[in-house]
Amino acid sequence: MSGFPILSLMLLVPLAAALACLYLDAKSARTVALLATLANLALGVVLWLNFDVGGAQWQFQERHELFSGFSYALGIDGIALLLIELSVFLMPICIGASWNSIEKRVGEYMAAFLLVETLMIGVFTAQDIFLFYMFFEAGLIPMYLIIGIWGGADRIYASYKFFLYTLLGSVLMLVAMLWMVHTAGTTFIPTLMTYDFDPQVQTWLWLAFFASFAVKMPMWPVHTWLPAAHVQAPTAGSVILAGVLLKMGGYGFIRFSLPMFPEASAYFAPLVWGLSMAAVVITSLIALVQDDMKKLIAYSSVAHMAVVTIGLFAFNVQGLEGSMLVMLSHGLVSGALFLCVGIIYDRLHTREISRYGGLAINMPRYALFFLLFTMASIGLPGTSGFVGEFLSLGGIYQASSWTALICTTGIILGAAYMLYLYRRVVFGDQKNADAAAMADLDLREYLMVIPLGLAVLWMGVYPESFIAPMRADIAALDARLARAKPEGDAKLAMGKEKPAHEEAAAHEGAH
Amino acid sequence: MDWSQSLRLIAPEETLSVASLVLLLVAAWGGDKAAKLISVLAVAALVAAGILVAPALCGGAMGAETSAFFGQYRADAFASYAKILIYISAAVSLVVAPAYFDRFKAMRAEYPVLVLLAAIGMGMMVSATDLLTLYIGLEMNSLAAYVLAAFLRTDGRSAEAGLKYFVLGALASGILLFGMSLTYGFAGTTSFAGISASMAQGLSNGALFGIVFVFAGLAFKISAVPFHMWTPDVYEGAPTPVTTLFATAPKVAAMALTMRVAIEAFGDQAAAWQQIVVFAALASIVVGALGAIGQSNIKRLMAYSSINNVGFMLVGLAVATPQGVSAMLFYLAIYVAMSAGGFAVILMMKDADGNPVEELSKMAGLSRTRPGLALALAMVMFSLAGIPPMFGFWGKFLVFKAAVDGGMIALAAIGFAASVIGAFYYLKVVKVVYFDEPADVVKGESDVWHKLILVGSCVVISPLGFLLTKWLGHLTETAAAALYSGL
Repeated sequence: MSGFPILSLMLLVPLAAALACLYLDAKSARTVALLATLANLALGVVLWLNFDVGGAQWQFQERHELFSGFSYALGIDGIALLLIELSVFLMPICIGASWNSIEKRVGEYMAAFLLVETLMIGVFTAQDIFLFYMFFEAGLIPMYLIIGIWGGADRIYASYKFFLYTLLGSVLMLVAMLWMVHTAGTTFIPTLMTYDFDPQVQTWLWLAFFASFAVKMPMWPVHTWLPAAHVQAPTAGSVILAGVLLKMGGYGFIRFSLPMFPEASAYFAPLVWGLSMAAVVITSLIALVQDDMKKLIAYSSVAHMAVVTIGLFAFNVQGLEGSMLVMLSHGLVSGALFLCVGIIYDRLHTREISRYGGLAINMPRYALFFLLFTMASIGLPGTSGFVGEFLSLGGIYQASSWTALICTTGIILGAAYMLYLYRRVVFGDQKNADAAAMADLDLREYLMVIPLGLAVLWMGVYPESFIAPMRADIAALDARLARAKPEGDAKLAMGKEKPAHEEAAAHEGAH
Repeated sequence: MDWSQSLRLIAPEETLSVASLVLLLVAAWGGDKAAKLISVLAVAALVAAGILVAPALCGGAMGAETSAFFGQYRADAFASYAKILIYISAAVSLVVAPAYFDRFKAMRAEYPVLVLLAAIGMGMMVSATDLLTLYIGLEMNSLAAYVLAAFLRTDGRSAEAGLKYFVLGALASGILLFGMSLTYGFAGTTSFAGISASMAQGLSNGALFGIVFVFAGLAFKISAVPFHMWTPDVYEGAPTPVTTLFATAPKVAAMALTMRVAIEAFGDQAAAWQQIVVFAALASIVVGALGAIGQSNIKRLMAYSSINNVGFMLVGLAVATPQGVSAMLFYLAIYVAMSAGGFAVILMMKDADGNPVEELSKMAGLSRTRPGLALALAMVMFSLAGIPPMFGFWGKFLVFKAAVDGGMIALAAIGFAASVIGAFYYLKVVKVVYFDEPADVVKGESDVWHKLILVGSCVVISPLGFLLTKWLGHLTETAAAALYSGL
């Protein structure tokens, strides 16, 4: 496989299909889009099979000096590999989700989605910092169009909010990138990852990157674009937004903020912890009172992303691996949950929870899959959600037990709002005649939920498949962070046994 | 320095002068029937002039042997770069004109001649190394431009635009002339090299006033805030092909002129004008962006957009380094492509009767009725907003890179953050075109020349434009080096 530009091919396939879709009628656009995404999935499988676990840190590298100022440099490590797999896995499902529900301007819609796929893969494969920025920013254009054209009633507001929020975040990051390149004299990300910037300046650089990634992530309190965009986006838009685009923020932290600015990351860790704690509690409580299913899941995404950030800023292997697994798991689970909402939305055209009820009676198979994904979202052992959250929280406990304590309430609150949602939608009486008349899953929907369900169980039962490719990269990152690691408050050390009489004297003094 | 060499160095200007005079005679005898023929010949003259200046750019001409007429004039790589952009812009405004003016039965034979005369003036502006050459070039361009703005004589708005442009332009020329006379008074010379030498020791208050007034006059010509008020009215009122010209060629000329004055004449006293330029840059970015938000006419919107873009270019000047100058030159090239594309779209939007459609509300849902046109407009808008992977991003990227490399990080951060305000109104256009229900007004057939210009500029501003970065980057660096070699 060496020498074959598979990453370029993975960028090219959806791009070419996107251009083709612009000129095709609805039916052939759907087919072309599906074939292109399946082809990319196949390429993704080939990529994974050929990825040499335990081999070189950067694999499948390509480099061409096409431009002045930056170069076309691609290459992946284990972390990027997993996120690429997540993207190519979700894309055919997204196309499937919009097979019938999108009726107007199908060609443009499919083109926008395929463009998003190209740009997502570009973000995860770029090895040049400016190439990364271009892919990172360019994703705004198709997402803006997807939300604005095919979204719901309040779509204009949501699309503006999404675009301007994320743009403001990233322009500051670009200034920081310019400074870094000026100082380090290279645009090559692997070199920058090992360059030691002056700790004083790191503070500023870190903040600039944080402005971008925190919005993209999204972290409380800059998360408000997310519920607006999610609720208004079409089902597939929500799936891809929650499934992959949010991961760009986490990927940014793990690829840029942590390895490039270890001292600043340690300095600002309490800030991240504080925001994450607030996010877990506040957004979980907000999720509890939602009447709109998509909004509820959107707020739960913010809470899950907070678990990612605490894992990242735990400064140990457990936390880092946990946060990666939460990202992957959340990509599958929230995507699946949005899909489940989409399935019943297609039938009844409302997202209001109270309009449903008792679906277990007329849609038992749907109820089964919805239950699986609900449990995975809560973090039930055996599902993907458990592994990542457990590791993340275990990681942060070593750094800050208070943060661990408060963030763990998120699991309880998560169970509360998800089970409450499930009870209202699936159990209870069949209050509404139209909801009671809905048909169960059809073949197309099976084809979408079964792979997701299997992936969720696979990651829950045997996470080693997903941890193995990134183990070396996480270890390298941990070694890089070791010099700045904040001292944990747990202080887990074996104490000396005190002599018996001293202890007795101390007790006496206390009385 | 003998006369023959001087005359050889100004070959492009000679070509254009002879061509314009001959064409004027043809116009006098041929009348308006010959207008199209004259247009074709004028474009040919511009192409010939372009070919004549190209060697100086490719060869990186600089230094004493490029200086003509005893330091009055310089035909170096910098001037050649700007001239090529000017000639391309002028040719574009000639190519798009007939289809537009035919509609009003106003395709007069004077139009191509006036454009040629303006092009000569602009060529002199960018080559001037003496305050007097500068002023003559500027006025030659301006006088032609005043007439062009009022070219649709039957249209009240066009006449108004011409008058406004004339009155305010004359005022600005007066301010500039006042600044020049102060500078002459304190420096004792009008040549840039002499001014630079006399200011090397220090700056008296009077000379400082001179610099301030010169920059105020130049700010008017590049429509930088706070001297931008004329731009929206003139852009809106002038016939669209003329607006296409105003948005491109004179901007390039005035910008290049400002660079040359700032670097060659006042380069030793950069601290004296840097803060003026920083203020003008940031104010233009913000005012241009805020002003555009409320506009309902796309031509006015493009005017505010040009103010906004001038602000970004001035960031490169504020740094006062060769890198900054080279970034500005690159930005200018992209800006010309974006403006040409934008105005080509505007020219192509016609209702069923063939009347121009300029109201944003009438463009609603254009993507449904004219998908190709809507896509081109969206590309131009995202490019103007500087969103990658559109090529417009690269212009902003370069000027801010120059600012960061030059140590002006605060300027870069504030300027970039302010660019988000601008993104809002570019998004508004995309929203109207893509999200709104179709108004179904735009129905007219498009002229094949308009399509060609549009496709050409869209290819440049598309991500394919990045393939130009090496080549164009080399040219702009050569041009910037030529400008600095004059010091």
